[in-house]
Amino acid sequence: MYRILAKERLNETITRMRVEAPRVARKAGPGQFIILRIDEDGERIPLTIAAKDPVEGSVTIIFQKAGATTARLDTLEAGDSLQDFVGPLGKESEFGDIAGKRVAVIGGGLGIAIAYPQAMALSEHGAKVDMIVGFRNKSLEILTDELAGKCERVVVMTDDGSNGRKGFVTDGLKELLDSGAKYDRVIAIGPLPMMRAVAEMTRPIAIPTVVSMNSIMIDGTGMCGGCRLTVDGEVRFACVDGPEFDGHKVDFAEAMQRGRMYKDEEKTSMERHACRLTGGARA
Amino acid sequence: MKPNMTPTKTPMPEQDPIVRAGNFQEVALGYTPEMAALEATRCLNCKNAPCMQGCPVNVHIPDFIARIRENDLAGAYAVLKGTNALPAVCGRVCPQETQCESKCVRGVKGEPVAIGRLERFVADSCMDTAAPVSPAPENGKRVAVIGSGPSGLTCAGDLRKLGYSVTIFEALHTPGGVLVYGIPEFRLPKALVRREIATLEAMGVRIETNTVVGKTVTVEELMQEEGYDAIYIGSGAGLPRFQGIPGENLNGVYSANEFLTRVNLMKAYRFPETDTPVRVGKAAAVIGGGNVAMDAARCAKRLGAEKVYIVYRRGEAEMPARREEIHHAKEEGVEFLLLTNPTRVLGDENGRVTGMECVKMALGEPDASGRRRPVAQPGSEFTLPLDTVIVAIGNSPNPLVRSTTPGLETQKWGGIIADEETGATSLENVYAGGDAVTGAATVILAMGAGKKAAAAIHAKLSGH
Repeated sequence: MYRILAKERLNETITRMRVEAPRVARKAGPGQFIILRIDEDGERIPLTIAAKDPVEGSVTIIFQKAGATTARLDTLEAGDSLQDFVGPLGKESEFGDIAGKRVAVIGGGLGIAIAYPQAMALSEHGAKVDMIVGFRNKSLEILTDELAGKCERVVVMTDDGSNGRKGFVTDGLKELLDSGAKYDRVIAIGPLPMMRAVAEMTRPIAIPTVVSMNSIMIDGTGMCGGCRLTVDGEVRFACVDGPEFDGHKVDFAEAMQRGRMYKDEEKTSMERHACRLTGGARA
Repeated sequence: MKPNMTPTKTPMPEQDPIVRAGNFQEVALGYTPEMAALEATRCLNCKNAPCMQGCPVNVHIPDFIARIRENDLAGAYAVLKGTNALPAVCGRVCPQETQCESKCVRGVKGEPVAIGRLERFVADSCMDTAAPVSPAPENGKRVAVIGSGPSGLTCAGDLRKLGYSVTIFEALHTPGGVLVYGIPEFRLPKALVRREIATLEAMGVRIETNTVVGKTVTVEELMQEEGYDAIYIGSGAGLPRFQGIPGENLNGVYSANEFLTRVNLMKAYRFPETDTPVRVGKAAAVIGGGNVAMDAARCAKRLGAEKVYIVYRRGEAEMPARREEIHHAKEEGVEFLLLTNPTRVLGDENGRVTGMECVKMALGEPDASGRRRPVAQPGSEFTLPLDTVIVAIGNSPNPLVRSTTPGLETQKWGGIIADEETGATSLENVYAGGDAVTGAATVILAMGAGKKAAAAIHAKLSGH
């Protein structure tokens, strides 16, 4: 069992949790993820590692209530335990000779939870980081204060203009580029349509663009192949070949189609979860 | 006592095919004590015991069967357990017809002794009541076993008996490897796998689940930082192969690994009571002709598919699956489309599978495997309407261990290079066996490799 050491709701849908997992904490690197299972009948879900503390032996995850499992995870408190917590999975981000280079890190929605450790790691590697973060509205805004110290610029975009600038993250990137900003690399993390939009914007101007694919997966070790996607015409597994890929080479249309595989079943599970919360009869 | 010269095996009762195709309970029901006693009298107790040469873990077969005849089941179980860590598993999933039973003298005129059924009977009767095997006291030497499948469990059990302190590292949340994620409940009940593993734990074997060697910890770290004296790699063949035909990434195309893992390990057949879904629809095709293909097809049937096809490019005689599995699948209503090769998976505007284009094949000259090579017949193309396609054409070894263990030599296709007799690899005190070395094979061969490696590790660490 893996004890929850701390829990903090960052806003109404996004929660941060620190979980005791000493082995994972010792090895975790930027860009990697864990898979957890709440209990015996639970499903295995992948979540990006947001932070680690090898001394305490803990790993921090940030998740959004998006399906039945994350909704149920959000009902657990510090002191509760998770049945399973395995990692670190996937490849670490490759930063190479990033020192001194200028990087735009773009996070949308929950993507910012993943973009945030990226920005931290890039800054530690000596990169100059601009951050563009997008939210639907001000109430969903998270982590911008924590980012401010690590980035040269933090541009906040909201769909409704309730904070920062009105528009999408791509509008923010465009403005920075138009104002003469030069980037050696763009890292985009968030919903698939947002990552695709960023990749389409950077393609004609040939800025290397990294995206992080959060595919449906079970084991996370290459065994099931459920997380497969097409990159540059080749089938790759997000769990072992990724989760980060060249955004200009990912087949996003196919990835979106595969992401919808269990839409109906997700609805069933959500209804069942709501039923449990309201004390309704169990099926 | 005069041997029972009946030429056929005592039949084992089974669930009715129509009934069982609607449930996940075990198909074969096992012998009663009377049936076992009767079958045991068919054994001639040959002095040279040819059957034993067919057993990769050297079960003392005539000996355990003699004890059934003497009504000493506890004794029979002790004989089994003496060389086989998982008799209840082997009694069910071993291909006895090509192993022990293929060497049985009774098989010359009639059917061999039903060794597998007897093994199963003894294990089922005794595993809950038998006194735990008392291992030698821990000798201070530590061995790490990577993977808790049949190979790792066998190696761990043997080493613990010899006095080593043994820890198994398992990537998934439940130990058992292919016994829990691959082989379905109706062929190998998971409660039974748990009981077999519990007997190993009772002997003092430690199991750390949720530990992916290569990611959570490396082989090098286990030896240098955590102080293990030797390592056994039994990480299996866990990387699914696809055909590379158009449409394989449509929604509704599964690797057999994914499909079976959802069903067996994650218990998707109980969704939404369990949280992991699986989708089968009304018509499903399984591509491939091995035991895994049969397992997937039979699961699809049980999940409610009205039409389930096995699509195989060669003929039935060339199928690598056990005859018994093919027979069971047919009984349950699985249809066999032989000499048929898929060329494209078709989908609708939402990316969901709607069918599969296939072409009929004919057998030509023998290929490298010695089997006649299938050749496409032009003009024989047809479309099969489907909701689900399951690709069961084999697995490659999982690269996580080899790619993170510098100096570990592997074959071009990914298998770890290990000595056939000892499991020794290119790294000192690192041994390997099972599917990680051979590519996908059988439970019992993997167990045999674990057993040989345990003996070699003992010889190396004890200095004789």
